[in-house]
Amino acid sequence: MSDVTVKINGKQVSVPSGSTILEAAQKLNINIPTLCYCKDLGCGVSNKPASCRICLVEATGIRPRPILVPACATPITNDRVEVWTNSQRALNARRTVLELMLSDHPKDCLTCPKNQDCELQMLASEFGIRDIEFKGETNKFDIDDSSEAIMRDLSKCIMCRRCETVCNKVQTVGTLTGVGRGFSAKVGTASMIPLADTSCTFCGQCVNACPVGAITGISYVKKVWNAINDPTKTVVVSTAPAVRVAVGQEFGFEPGTPITGKLVAGLRALGFDKVFDTNFAADLTIMEEGNELVGRVKDLLAAVKAGKSLKDASIATKMPILTSCCPGWINFIEHNFPDLLDIPSSCKSPQQMFGAIAKSYYAEKLGIAPKDLIVVSVMPCQAKKYEAARPEFAPNGVRDIDYVVTTRELCKMLREAGINLANMNDEKYDSPLGESTGAADIFGVTGGVLEAALRSVYFMLNGKNLEGDAINFRSVRGLDGVKEAKIEVAPGLSVSVAVASGLGNARKVLEMVREDRSRFQAIEIMACPGGCINGGGQPYLHGHRDLLDKRMAGLYLEDANKPLRLSHQNPDIKKLYDEYLGTPGSEKAHHLLHTHYHQK
Amino acid sequence: MPPKNGEGKGLTPKVKGKNMCECKLSEGAKAKFAELDAFIDGLGINVKDDRRRGYLIQVLHKAQEIFGYLPREVQKHVADKLALTEAQVSGVVSFYNYFTTEPKGKYIIDICLGTACYVKGSETVLNELERVLGIKADAAPTADGLFSINALRCVGCCGLAPVMRVNGKVYGKVTPAIARTVVEEIKAKEANA
Repeated sequence: MSDVTVKINGKQVSVPSGSTILEAAQKLNINIPTLCYCKDLGCGVSNKPASCRICLVEATGIRPRPILVPACATPITNDRVEVWTNSQRALNARRTVLELMLSDHPKDCLTCPKNQDCELQMLASEFGIRDIEFKGETNKFDIDDSSEAIMRDLSKCIMCRRCETVCNKVQTVGTLTGVGRGFSAKVGTASMIPLADTSCTFCGQCVNACPVGAITGISYVKKVWNAINDPTKTVVVSTAPAVRVAVGQEFGFEPGTPITGKLVAGLRALGFDKVFDTNFAADLTIMEEGNELVGRVKDLLAAVKAGKSLKDASIATKMPILTSCCPGWINFIEHNFPDLLDIPSSCKSPQQMFGAIAKSYYAEKLGIAPKDLIVVSVMPCQAKKYEAARPEFAPNGVRDIDYVVTTRELCKMLREAGINLANMNDEKYDSPLGESTGAADIFGVTGGVLEAALRSVYFMLNGKNLEGDAINFRSVRGLDGVKEAKIEVAPGLSVSVAVASGLGNARKVLEMVREDRSRFQAIEIMACPGGCINGGGQPYLHGHRDLLDKRMAGLYLEDANKPLRLSHQNPDIKKLYDEYLGTPGSEKAHHLLHTHYHQK
Repeated sequence: MPPKNGEGKGLTPKVKGKNMCECKLSEGAKAKFAELDAFIDGLGINVKDDRRRGYLIQVLHKAQEIFGYLPREVQKHVADKLALTEAQVSGVVSFYNYFTTEPKGKYIIDICLGTACYVKGSETVLNELERVLGIKADAAPTADGLFSINALRCVGCCGLAPVMRVNGKVYGKVTPAIARTVVEEIKAKEANA
């Protein structure tokens, strides 16, 4: 496409014809405020309804007279366009727009969960709003806190519809929709039923997308404080892989820097009795899931040898195997693909394996009852809150994981307690549930679970370890939404694998599986685009998606720096099997570490 | 319509299960769903074609014609038939004034409040109807289920302003007295039936 030249605030810039005024301005480093606009909500899907009008600028060359146009949605198609982003008329119009928006907003910023993290609040500050001219009717809605994970307070909604876009276009979950019309319009569920009764997966991408406090996570922080301060309880905490590369940005570290040692020190300073690592359970997951994968591949080979076609053999042996670490994704398949519920790995997620082992093996070691051991997990995720509350994960009514706090919520707890991670010295995780290998670290990024599994599957099939660079399965790395690869796991034995992140991509891959069960043998799926590094509980990106590359690099760095990088080498995992579980796939392991799925 | 406070949590009955509309249907309802299905099947919609959303309003019109209103079960049924999400259907239903999720009266009285009719005094007609029937426009029907009132904008015959419509039949140049007479005639007819 040909280029056009446009003049913005007197400066000339050349852009491809059809570029928006906003894009041209960004090229000149001229800032135009935006609110509903979001360039990339995930998987390259943008939100551009041009509904908020905060980006109004004054332009000539579009109509005979200068007019106000939304910069985010006005394309430049000729060389006559001249734009003023800060003319009196543009500034007044923007101020009016913002004041009108604020006139129907609760303005309870002091007690809002998004205080200091809210794009509307930032704009009000930048615009220097001191008084709101417009006084009128305001919308009032009940708060929907029906689920364990996500809270919606529509009184705060500004109808940017980012949540609706992410729910429908990126995740293809289809829970949220525009409801009603005019002043009473809102974003809601079908027939405004509570979120808990919908097909919501609680992935939390809408929480990340919301510029204001209309969608937030349900917080269990108070309950965690109470537990810490209860002398009758032993309180342990475990940290998910993706947390260690995301907390740093909240304490002034370069985004993506792994600060595992400081995180451990911070948690200890908060008062947790023991600081453990969900990574330990990730290594355990690989033992069980790897064993399951090897078993199914062997069954498949046997069935083919017995004369079955590859397709029939795949169906008979429950191929392909799907990873089951991600609770958002498990919710998705339970709602949308009931016909495929026999193929996900029966392994519980690392969080739930951790809880089950903590409340059995570890509680027995301590000689205390499971109910007196409180297990808290720090997760990058909202769906983990839902998962922890599933009835099947509460044997005898005692939950395996008592409370889940997100990375963001942990940062707030640390601040409240006056702990700055930047001032902490590195400390080590406690034993015996704190040791982990590099394979566990990469669970937090798309492709990582599969890579970790392949590393150990190679050992299980060949009886020897991968060495040198062969340990790095680069073909399944990167933030692409769908990755496919053919991988030689033993001499003469290749498996086709796929990796999908983002539920829209998961849907595509599952539809392929429905068509042809023999196309892949192993598939990893994570609900959030990019994996847990972009989870619904991580520090907000505020549009800076390059942070994901940095968090990913941080996890691979953490992996590369570990002396042990294969899950089956974890000495404490070996000990756990020797002392307690027996072998992977044993009856005891099945009882504690595996689950089953239900249609929803 | 004013915003309904308290929408959301708790006020809507919990409905679970994928095919709830199949389970406890009367014979009459079954026939209605069959009629709707026959209509949808006749459209030849390809559920893999993104353009299928274009059929939604047409299908909802038919559904409302058959059922009289669009309760959640009907919306869900339409969503399943068109391979759309229930939320998409619900969003469209909530947007258009024409669609209703509450049952309407047997006789639906439309009062035009468009500019021409309004200037010619349609508001007095509406006030009289609301007084006589004891109900409000765009709200629940009369207790006997006979009447509901819709306020709408322009029926397309402004020369007859003010215009009233009863189940599609147009009455031109109506006065409060004429409106009252029409209602009384219907009541008498129903009483004798």
